Amino acid sequence: MKKIIGSVVVLGLIAAGCASTYVSEEQREAQALAMMKTSFKENGQAKLDRLDQDDMQKMCSRYHGDTKMPKEVGEKLEKDQQAQIKYPADGTYLGDWKSGERIAQSGVGKQFSDNPANPNGANCYACHQLTKAELAYGTIGPSLYNFAKLRGYTPEMQKYAYGKVYNSQAFSACSSMPRFGHSGILTEAQIKDVVALLMDPQSPVNK
Amino acid sequence: MARRSGLMAVLFTLALGAQAQDKSVIEEIEKYRAALGDGNPAELWEARGEDLWKQPRGPKKASFEKCDIGLGPGVVKGAYTVLPKYFADTDKVEDLESRLVTCMVTLQGFTPAEAKKTVFGGPGVRSDLEALVAYVTGSSRGIKMNVAATHPKEIEAYEIGKRIFYHRGGPHDFACSTCHGDDNLRIRLQDLPNLSKLADAQKAYTSWPAYRVSQGEVRTFQWRLYDCFRQQRFPELEYTSPASIALTMFLAKNANGGVYNAPSIKR
Repeated sequence: MKKIIGSVVVLGLIAAGCASTYVSEEQREAQALAMMKTSFKENGQAKLDRLDQDDMQKMCSRYHGDTKMPKEVGEKLEKDQQAQIKYPADGTYLGDWKSGERIAQSGVGKQFSDNPANPNGANCYACHQLTKAELAYGTIGPSLYNFAKLRGYTPEMQKYAYGKVYNSQAFSACSSMPRFGHSGILTEAQIKDVVALLMDPQSPVNK
Repeated sequence: MARRSGLMAVLFTLALGAQAQDKSVIEEIEKYRAALGDGNPAELWEARGEDLWKQPRGPKKASFEKCDIGLGPGVVKGAYTVLPKYFADTDKVEDLESRLVTCMVTLQGFTPAEAKKTVFGGPGVRSDLEALVAYVTGSSRGIKMNVAATHPKEIEAYEIGKRIFYHRGGPHDFACSTCHGDDNLRIRLQDLPNLSKLADAQKAYTSWPAYRVSQGEVRTFQWRLYDCFRQQRFPELEYTSPASIALTMFLAKNANGGVYNAPSIKR
């Protein structure tokens, strides 16, 4: 009898302990955001609202490593993002590949140390191989060398490339790639230049 | 200057070989690092830091020799390997840098603003904190990382630090994990440690602080986080802020068991 009472007391303590220390994932995320809000300060163009997350950012933060994102969550994110892509009103997707190459090389833009009056770059080479000439490329993204040569120079592929640069999440939920159009990093004309770098038969990407 | 030209030559050679010879490139970088390690200018920071540690300073004319940075008052050797940790006197989890600021305020009588006046050195401006950090961290060389993270506030810092590591935000949607969450990734030619994996986490954490050849300064872990967040397009991380300490707790504990070996030298 004594033993049973003892066990009940122990179980009660365990239950009480759990009740007081258990913190849900949502609570941890809220704690992290609240702490970040007191730990960063705005500087130049980088305001504190950059710490706030949209649905995509929140879900992609929550699911990582062993915590696989449920398929339907990923599909919904892609659909939501696709609906937000603004394709060019004039229906053309190709700009100037030489300008696209400069944008692909430039890592300038959106940091608190950057002057917002200057045009932003896309820094494509930080993560992708694009041309034979540039050897200092990163590997976070796949190689894009011979992008159109391998996939075809069709208008459909041009539109896909435009959409992908505009909002990578629309095609691959939780991609590491910034949403260059969606988030206002590149202008429509700049995206067309980058698409030309990928799609123009004269571009070194396709040589 | 000779060192910098040497570095450029090495980088140029690396660039030429990058595509087909990744493995030999990595070996060359290792050789270059080993060669640089023989004459690491961080030693100058360590020596100045030791002087600063022992000198009576501030309105209260006190040295750091009564400062408890983790292993009891005045104990420097090995202290960095148990940080961050919970300190009862401040009722907070602190990293080395916040702890040094605490001692400058409580023991030496500086105001918090005075203590944090120059947290990072630059052209013509020396940071006492960078020197103190170099001295203290250098005194832990050869000792294994052993962060406890058992006090409820330490556990909380670790758990929040982990969420910060995976927190995607800003115009580029970057999180720390975007670049440091997978194996064998590279930005341009720069290798990126996978900080969610033990061996990489140990190797990365135990190599900070570092003398940055490109900047001519010893850079501390607070600086490393500050500059990562700048490139992540986040707002400015405040020195010794709670989020910086929580993230440091997550990264330091993940490096447990790794042999500490810094200040190192990096390009």
